[in-house]
Amino acid sequence: MAIDIGGTFTDTVLMDGAAQILATTKTPTTPEQPTIGALEGARRVLRDAGAAWSNVVGLIHGTTLATNALIERRGAEVAAITPQGFRDILEIGYERRYSQYAINLAKPDLIVPRTRSFTIGGRIDAQGREREPLAEDDVKALSASLADAGVEAVAICLLHAYANPAHELRLRDLLSAEAPDLVVSLSHEVSPEAREFDRLCTTIANAYVQPLMAGYLADFEQRFAGEGLQRPILMMTAGGGMTTIETASRLPIRLVESGPAGGAILAARIAQEAGERQVLSFDMGGTTAKLSLIEDFRPQTARKFEISRAERFIKGSGMPVRIPVIEMIEIGAGGGSIASVDRLGRVRVGPHSAGSEPGPVAFGKGGDQPTVTDADIALGFIVPDRFAEGRLEIDVDAAMAALLESVGDRIGLDAVHAGFAVSEIVDENMASAGRMHAVESGKDIGERLMIAFGGNGPLHATRVARRAGVRRILIPRDPGVGSAVGFLFAPVSFEIVQSRYATLEDLDIGAINRFLAETCSAAEAIVRMGAPSSPLRQRRVGFMRYHGQGHEIETELPARDLRVSDIDGLRDAFEREYARQFRRVVPGMRIEILNWGVSVSSAEPELNARSNADRAGFATASETRRILCDVTGRRRDADLFDRAGLRAGDRVAGPALIVEPQTTTLVSADFEARIDDAGSIWLSRVEEETA
Amino acid sequence: MTKTDTRLQVMWDRLLAVVEEQGQALIRAAFSPIVRECGDISAGIFDVEGRMLAQAVTGTPGHINTMAEAVKTLRARFPLEEMTSGDIYMTNDPWIASGHLNDFLLMMPVFFQGRLVGFTACTSHLADLGGLGMGPEGSDIYDEGLLIPPCKLVDEGEVNALLVEIVKANSREPIGNEGDIYALIACCEAGADRLVRMMDEFGIRDLNALSEHIVETSRRGTIDAISALPKGTWRNVLKVDGYDAEIELHAALTIEDDHILLDFEGSAECLSKGVNVPLNYAAAYSVFALRCIIGPDTPNNAGSLEPFRVTAPKGCILNAQSPSPVAMRHALGQMTPDLVYGCLSQVAPELVPAEGASCMYDLPMRHVAEAVERGDPQFALELVFNGGTGARPQLDGLSATAFPSGVWGSQIETTEAVAPVMFDRRELRPDSGGAGRTRGGLGQRIEMRAVDDQDVMVFLSVERIRNPAKGRLGGLAGAPGRIRVTGRDHDVPGKGELRVKAGERLIFETPGGGGFGDPKERDPERLAQDIEAGLVTPQAAKRDYGSQS
Repeated sequence: MAIDIGGTFTDTVLMDGAAQILATTKTPTTPEQPTIGALEGARRVLRDAGAAWSNVVGLIHGTTLATNALIERRGAEVAAITPQGFRDILEIGYERRYSQYAINLAKPDLIVPRTRSFTIGGRIDAQGREREPLAEDDVKALSASLADAGVEAVAICLLHAYANPAHELRLRDLLSAEAPDLVVSLSHEVSPEAREFDRLCTTIANAYVQPLMAGYLADFEQRFAGEGLQRPILMMTAGGGMTTIETASRLPIRLVESGPAGGAILAARIAQEAGERQVLSFDMGGTTAKLSLIEDFRPQTARKFEISRAERFIKGSGMPVRIPVIEMIEIGAGGGSIASVDRLGRVRVGPHSAGSEPGPVAFGKGGDQPTVTDADIALGFIVPDRFAEGRLEIDVDAAMAALLESVGDRIGLDAVHAGFAVSEIVDENMASAGRMHAVESGKDIGERLMIAFGGNGPLHATRVARRAGVRRILIPRDPGVGSAVGFLFAPVSFEIVQSRYATLEDLDIGAINRFLAETCSAAEAIVRMGAPSSPLRQRRVGFMRYHGQGHEIETELPARDLRVSDIDGLRDAFEREYARQFRRVVPGMRIEILNWGVSVSSAEPELNARSNADRAGFATASETRRILCDVTGRRRDADLFDRAGLRAGDRVAGPALIVEPQTTTLVSADFEARIDDAGSIWLSRVEEETA
Repeated sequence: MTKTDTRLQVMWDRLLAVVEEQGQALIRAAFSPIVRECGDISAGIFDVEGRMLAQAVTGTPGHINTMAEAVKTLRARFPLEEMTSGDIYMTNDPWIASGHLNDFLLMMPVFFQGRLVGFTACTSHLADLGGLGMGPEGSDIYDEGLLIPPCKLVDEGEVNALLVEIVKANSREPIGNEGDIYALIACCEAGADRLVRMMDEFGIRDLNALSEHIVETSRRGTIDAISALPKGTWRNVLKVDGYDAEIELHAALTIEDDHILLDFEGSAECLSKGVNVPLNYAAAYSVFALRCIIGPDTPNNAGSLEPFRVTAPKGCILNAQSPSPVAMRHALGQMTPDLVYGCLSQVAPELVPAEGASCMYDLPMRHVAEAVERGDPQFALELVFNGGTGARPQLDGLSATAFPSGVWGSQIETTEAVAPVMFDRRELRPDSGGAGRTRGGLGQRIEMRAVDDQDVMVFLSVERIRNPAKGRLGGLAGAPGRIRVTGRDHDVPGKGELRVKAGERLIFETPGGGGFGDPKERDPERLAQDIEAGLVTPQAAKRDYGSQS
């Protein structure tokens, strides 16, 4: 069973040992006590599948609770402790404005104000040597100051603690002796990487949600046990692996953004079943669209992301968090994104969203600004009486009127063409974001298979794909609960990235091997708690660059001790990747390694091979619907199908709409759809457009 | 707006995305520290006439305008009919490219269906061009290193190996220079490739209609913003530290119905040291500052830049002529925003911030010459620190934050990992933010020393030691910058070389920003918060704000 608690809905999925989905459900999230909504979903899928708790062999849980606590500022009263002389690591940061022309910008709120920033004497250098002993005599006074400030949790970040954690450990012991209830997060445990600002921010974020998450997880575990669950619960992490409740309670920052990670895991799984090595995962919901790249069946990962941005979609405006995450770009383009016209007469969409409340104008819940969903309604892509299984009344006229007033009248277009303009802009925004993301990773987007899901993904997939140069799209089954389905394919895993400077030409192999072995056994101990007997896999990487550069390239290392004979191969691997990204290698340069990563994971569930049905033929529609063709901008009829009525091997020529309870797939005029054995829809761009 | 206009807008958005992609690729492949830390690059797309259609928004505004003009100049040097697909042109002439020899400009003609349709261009800062190196000590441009006049670097895809060898042979950082030139080539090629693919996708054969749309829409938007301002001429004089004696910068800002004229007449003559500023660079920073307030929502292109015109008498320090030395043109160039804000503030007092630290406090550092023969560690650091920005009319200034430049500060841990130096302090300077209804941003205090028994060389080129950031409308000045070495009697001047001996400690204090409005009007609650946070001491609160507590 997988339970994904989102901001609006809780998705629950029950799957059998052969990876067949038995039941899915969406229940409203209960923000006060999220466990209540989760229990409701769990009961419902068990009932629908006719199963009992005794049949459930595992429960995987992902939640936005940690994310929301950070966004809504519902965490603990946190203090920071840094070395004497460095009280302002947080205030100074990177000394940078995130927006070039914005005179009146505000910096992000980094949780700990200067009044709760404390310091302590003692200094470790970059090589991990003690230059000045920890000022142990000052700890009593420090503890008193913390108590005076009403501090509940403390983030300790001492310089170069990744190279030598002795002072951090000693300080924790001394503080805990003074104040046993104080929750302490240590920077070298949360994020053992160099760069004090990033590490301090990560440690603060961890400390901030730690008391809340520890309480929540204990309660969740207890209630599900009371309900009848007999197996341990595993928590989904941002890195796309699972971990135990114990680890999650200690390092709750790793739970942030775990929901979207589930979507990428699902896409990776489907990529593997379909044998597709280069995939673009496209998850478009109500508020945002998330895109991520999948290489060789593995979602691309990153070591840093941002939370609590001052400007939600502006890079650099937030608080950096350095943990292993599935890398994705999130932009303000969802069904609820609001359309407007700017001072220069340019159509703009998002990043502001009408969300689910008040929502699109057509939903009649008080929204008065036209959204992307209103545009899709005006274009005819949403069938009003089938939307959300007919439970929601769609007011087409209100959507048209709002499009005319806010967009059309201002630039001389009728309502439908205003909707067309809105669609063009938002789809271009998503395609650009995808291309940009690929470029930043040194990848190309054009040859990829797009796997589209989320409430609006199947509806916009062809439009985004066309602009991004993508020719093939796959819409999986149950695209509306993609993230929760993804949880069920995640391994138990843990990843540690740690700084240790070395150059390839004079690598101290013995010392590095000892260092990697220690890191590895630390990760393995954590994984073993959640996967006691499964065979384990290891992945080791080095983050390398030419001496003098600022950007590192992840290079895979052998999953064993390094040997002298490996060094040439590592140089080759680095330069191969370098040449791929930047066209040519730079001769005669030293290569340096800044960080080392180790991830340990359990084996993943067996794959279902995908085969395609022999029979093939065009399905015939019993209904058609008038749409504005997104290729030509002219009105024409589109065939209308129920997804449930299509069989493996069926083909559908565009333009067509394939409707299912949670979403609609638009087969544009320049695409053709085919259903495979697993029930997925494959969309392919037709070479010569016949429209 | 018609359906055609929507398509044009989509293509415009695409061009903006393409130049950002180009810019990112260049930064990631860069070797020069100032590029990778600070994004000191530029990337743009131009139409067949050389009009700039889109430019990446990157770390430093020093390339705004300079690139728009540079491509026109470079394009005019070579007959269009001799250009072929795969050619790339190059120069680092400070008066064509971007104000000093380190900035290399590459321009590539783009062909679609066999016809020239436009250009891509990019600029990047190369670490070393020989001469006396990074510093103001050169007495003319020849002292400052290698100047490459406009030339063809790549001929139908074939790199001119001799040119690359010349650039390498004249540099202390030959490998880095070569790497950076390759990064620039890749950037031009990537932009051209994407432009061609866009034209193919949208089925257009030339950029004419798109170009007209972008330039006209932007010009109109900018003129609309200008026409909302009162007409007239406003003047300001800014006193700056100069090299060894203070000098004056003058500006007259004239606002007309459809354009703005900025004239630097009256500014000091060029100096004999490399702090002189070519006009293209002075214009880049001053137009950037004006555009932050007048129509900041319009992207940079030929249309939005056209209504801003900048003039200065030849030979004045903001219009240095060859062979004046210009290596450290950024120190005074970055002061021009405060110069023009002094004019603009008289027109729109509630839109313009007080003066700030403005000039970035970079701290280039190197091993001493003897280290090589002694076998001591060799290193080169290019640390960047910043002071406080000026108080904004409604908001306090930002502490230790870059403006007008967009550089990133350095991290202690990564710095200590690559060089034998150690920091003892990096904290905000209490009371350094100018008092006012809104307070100036605070400067910072950095203390550092060599870890081993070794001297280090420091190359200084900073401003606002003798002339702190002034407040506006009754706001008080921010604290000046200050540079000291422990155990020495006198402060160190802001420009020149400095040898920090083993055992000595360098104390490097960056300036605070000026305050805005009468300090007595400061919200007592915010003053109390500043005192509690230790940003303002109780004594200063009494002295500057008249606080009773």
